[in-house]
Order: sequence, then C-alpha cells, then structure tokens
Amino acid sequence: MDALLAPLGYDFMLRALLVSSLVGAVCAVLSCFITLKGWSLMGDAVSHAVLPGVVLAYLLNLPFVIGAFVFGLISVSAIGFIQSRSRVKEDTVIGVVFTALFSLGLVMISRVSSDVHLSHILFGDVLGISQNELWQTVVAGAVALGAILILRRDLLLYVFDATHARSIGLNTGFLYAALLVILALTIVSALQTVGVILVVAMLITPGATAYLLTDRFSRMMWLAVATGVLSSLLGTYVSYFLDGATGACIVLTQSVLFGLAFLFAPKHGQLARRRQQRLEREAELQG
Amino acid sequence: MSAPALDVQGVSVAYGGGRLALRNATLALQPGRICGLVGMNGAGKSTLFKTIMGFLPPLRGQVQVFGEPVRQAQKAGVIAYVPQAEDVDWDFPVSVRDVVTMGRQGRMGLLRRPSAADRDAVQAALARVSMTDFAERQIGELSGGQRKRAFLARALAQDARLLLLDEPFGGVDVGTSEAITGLLSDLADSGRSVLVSTHDLGTLETFCDDVALIADRTVLTVGPTAQTLTAGNLARAFGGRSPLHDPARIPERALEVR
Ligand SMILES: Nc1ncnc2c1ncn2[C@@H]1O[C@H](COP(=O)(O)OP(=O)(O)OP(=O)(O)O)[C@@H](O)[C@H]1O
Ligand SMILES: [Mg+2]
Repeated sequence: MDALLAPLGYDFMLRALLVSSLVGAVCAVLSCFITLKGWSLMGDAVSHAVLPGVVLAYLLNLPFVIGAFVFGLISVSAIGFIQSRSRVKEDTVIGVVFTALFSLGLVMISRVSSDVHLSHILFGDVLGISQNELWQTVVAGAVALGAILILRRDLLLYVFDATHARSIGLNTGFLYAALLVILALTIVSALQTVGVILVVAMLITPGATAYLLTDRFSRMMWLAVATGVLSSLLGTYVSYFLDGATGACIVLTQSVLFGLAFLFAPKHGQLARRRQQRLEREAELQG
Repeated sequence: MSAPALDVQGVSVAYGGGRLALRNATLALQPGRICGLVGMNGAGKSTLFKTIMGFLPPLRGQVQVFGEPVRQAQKAGVIAYVPQAEDVDWDFPVSVRDVVTMGRQGRMGLLRRPSAADRDAVQAALARVSMTDFAERQIGELSGGQRKRAFLARALAQDARLLLLDEPFGGVDVGTSEAITGLLSDLADSGRSVLVSTHDLGTLETFCDDVALIADRTVLTVGPTAQTLTAGNLARAFGGRSPLHDPARIPERALEVR
C-alpha cells in the first residue's frame, strides 16, 4: 500500500500529475473539434513542425512556447499558401511541409548543442518539468482552453456546416484561423508532457473515444475530458514506477480506453452493433 | 418605393476558370412575394442561389438584398438559404433540435447561448414542418425527406426576411410538398420574400406570385406567374424537350394559363 502511495509524496510527481491532467483536459476539448473536422493529420503536422522553433527558442534564450508557437503558425501558413497555389492535394502538402520543418529541427539540434535534450523534446519530460516550463505550459493551455470555450458554439457550427455559418453572417475565415491558432497553442502546451511525436494522440484519441460513446456534442466534450484527464493521471502515475516514458504511458492509457469504447460502447461499439443487427434480423424473421 | 427584397443585376459567374455558368442574369423580387425559379437540369438555378449568397463571386454585375450588399444582409440575419443538397457529415453528433437551433445562432449573444425565445422559435419551427417527434434524433437517423424538413425548419427558425430555397420539393412526398407550399404562402402573408426553385410546373400557379424562367445560363424572363408561364416562354425555357411536346407530361394548370 505504502509503495502504491509513495509517488504522491513527491513534489515533482504532484506537479507532473497537475500539468498532465491540465494538458489532458485542454487537448481533449480540442480533440472533439479536430476529429469532427477531420484534421488529425493537420494536428500531427503542426506538432512536428514546432521542433525548429523549440531549438531556436533555446538558442535565443526565449521561452520555448514562443518559438514553438511561431513555428506552428509558420507551418499552417505554409500549408495554406502552397495548397492554394498548386494542384497538389491537401494531405500531400501537409506531409511535405511538416516533414521538411521537422527535419530542419533535427539538423539544427545535431549542429548546435548537446544541451538540448532531443529525447525530451521528442517524447516529453513532465516528471522533470521546471517551474518556468510549468508556467509556460499552464498559460498556453489556459489561453487555448479559454478561447475554445468562448468560441465553442461558433466553432461547432463552422465545423458542422460552414455554408450555413457564413449564410447567417458568421466570419468563417476568422473561425478557420482561430481553430488553427488554438491548435498550435494547445500543441505547444502539451509539448512538455508528451513531446512532439505523441502530441497528436492527445489531440485525437479522447475525441475519437467520446465519439463512440455518444451522439451529442456537449456530452462528447465531457466524455473526452474525462478520458483525457483519467489517462493523464493514470499514465503519469504508472510512469513513476517505470521511471520515465510518461507521455507514452498516457497515450497508451488513452488507447486502451479507445479500445474499450470500440468494443463495448453502448450503441456504436462492436458488441452492441452485432446485437442490434441480430435483433433486427430476428424481429424481421418473426414478423 | 422601398428597395426590392432581392435585386440581381446583370450577374455573370464562372466555376473555377471555366466557361460562364451564369450570363448576365437579372432578377428582382419585391417584399412579400414568392418567386418560383424554373428551368432544366443544369440551367443555372443552383448557381444563381450560390451567386446570390456570395459563394461564387460575380465576374460582372451585383446583388443587393433590401438595398444592402449581401454580406451586410447576411450579418444582419436577413437571408436564410437552404441548398439543394446539404453538404454535411450525417454522422455528426448533433440532434435535429441542435441543427434547428443553429438557425438562431447569428442572433445569440457572445457565448451563443439560446434564450427562451430562441427555444420557442425552434420548437415552433419543428412543429411547422411536423418534425417535433424527431427532435431528439441524431440527424443521420432520418430519411431523406425528413432531413430536408429538418433543414427547412432551421431556415424557418432563423426568421429571415428573405428565404432562398433550392428545390425544397425534391424527394419529399405529396403531403409534405403541400405542407411546404402552405408554409411558403404563410411566410409571404407575413411579409417575407421567397425565391424557390422547383421542377414541379404544375403547382407553380397555386403558390407563386412570380415566376422566373432560367435557361441556358441566364434568366430568360421574370414576372407575375400568369403572364410569364406561357406556352411560348415554356418552349423557350425547355427547348426541344418542352413539356408541351409531350402531352402526358404537361401539367394541366401550366396549359391553362396560355
Ligand atoms: N461545382 C461546379 N463546377 C463546375 N461546373 C458546375 C459546378 N456546379 C454546376 N456546374 C455547371 O453549371 C451549370 C449550372 O448548374 P446548376 O447546378 O446551377 O444547375 P441547376 O439549374 O441547379 O440544375 P438542377 O435542376 O439539376 O439542380 C451546369 O452546366 C453545371 O454543369
Ligand atoms: Mg440545382
């Protein structure tokens, strides 16, 4: 028993639990929009593309969130620019741009210094988060969360039916840009926890799990937040015993929850679907 | 005289860089009137709607709604538009009621929380198209005709002064079709203006004050139903395939107006 409670006795553990659950919640809320909009690849792209920004920020002695955020914006602008001016398909453009920026980041790291812990950027290091990084994470996450909550209904309408949104006078260009900026901010806030490579999981898995569990958007948000926070807490806790790989533990927990929903969701799960099909067929044969 | 509800002046548009999809189209609609838009498949009806809404930027000409530029009218919530086919994800986690509530969203406050008045308007709109019983269904769990009614209810809930309806009668049953014409007449009685495209020439007379014939990518003629729906005009609009060449397909009332 004592061994199980031991992690909670450490300050760094409490801090990690706090940060990762905040990040889990913010990412989960956004994931509902990202999955419905079909922007999973965009999430993956922006998260990889921030790498050079993190390295630059380190070199210039700036807060890492600023460098990462700037490169997040650069990547989405580059994607939009190239796509509107060429016949190449969107997913291809996204792939080209983010791998280019990610590679640039890797080259920069190999050239500049061994002080930048590549593995911490790539995979996160929430157990070792400094006070300074904690604040950056919290501020970026809080701003992203606030923006989503304020714009929530307009973003939902935009994602569902942009034509109607425009018809009733909403500024769809602004909503598109807002969603991208919020995406970049959220990714930035999640970097310390799960790292560049796995951020995308935080941005889609909770939404995907919740989508299997309900047909109502507001419930979907709450369910996504519940699975996101639960995964962050469990994953961080378990990683204490593994002495690392916190991000991976969180993502694995999320994946397990997704698997459970895939199988056992009340209406859209595999078992429920089979049962439903069987019942319908039997009813028809009887009638 | 007050500004027309809709004023389309010499508008030409093209999709992408291709040939013109609308050539020098002109049409005006006075407040409180229903204008039926008829023409063959591919004549340019949907294109005209999209142009009015500003989704296709005109190469020439201009569109005004109640004397204002369209974008301004949209921001004021003056125009409700129901496309021919809704381009939405039918698995989206929203109920019919949620969708209809979206019709009110433009007029809600900063956080877009529906007020009691919004909820009442949604309820009334649902009742008006007999969709009350389906209000809590996820939108994908509806038949084609029910989906159309749900989106029509959204336009009603918006309480707009100008309604643009692209083929609301497509794929709906006779009862629903009659219900919709009754609904449009009520709207016109309360001062709203309606532009509605349809392929059902037979019913035009029963509910349209005006008719616009559209053919070969332009508005051939527009005017009061009885004067416009002449055999000559119909032959011009429908070319060799005029319904008048095939007696079995001639709607009786369209013939009477000769
Ligand atoms: N997205 C598009 N890109 C290119 N051309 C298009 C597009 N949509 C329509 N067109 C062309 O524009 C012309 C007018 O089409 P439109 O959809 O306005 O016809 P319509 O009158 O609404 O026909 P229907 O009765 O079949 O709905 C057609 O020749 C069509 O092929
Ligand atoms: Mg059409």
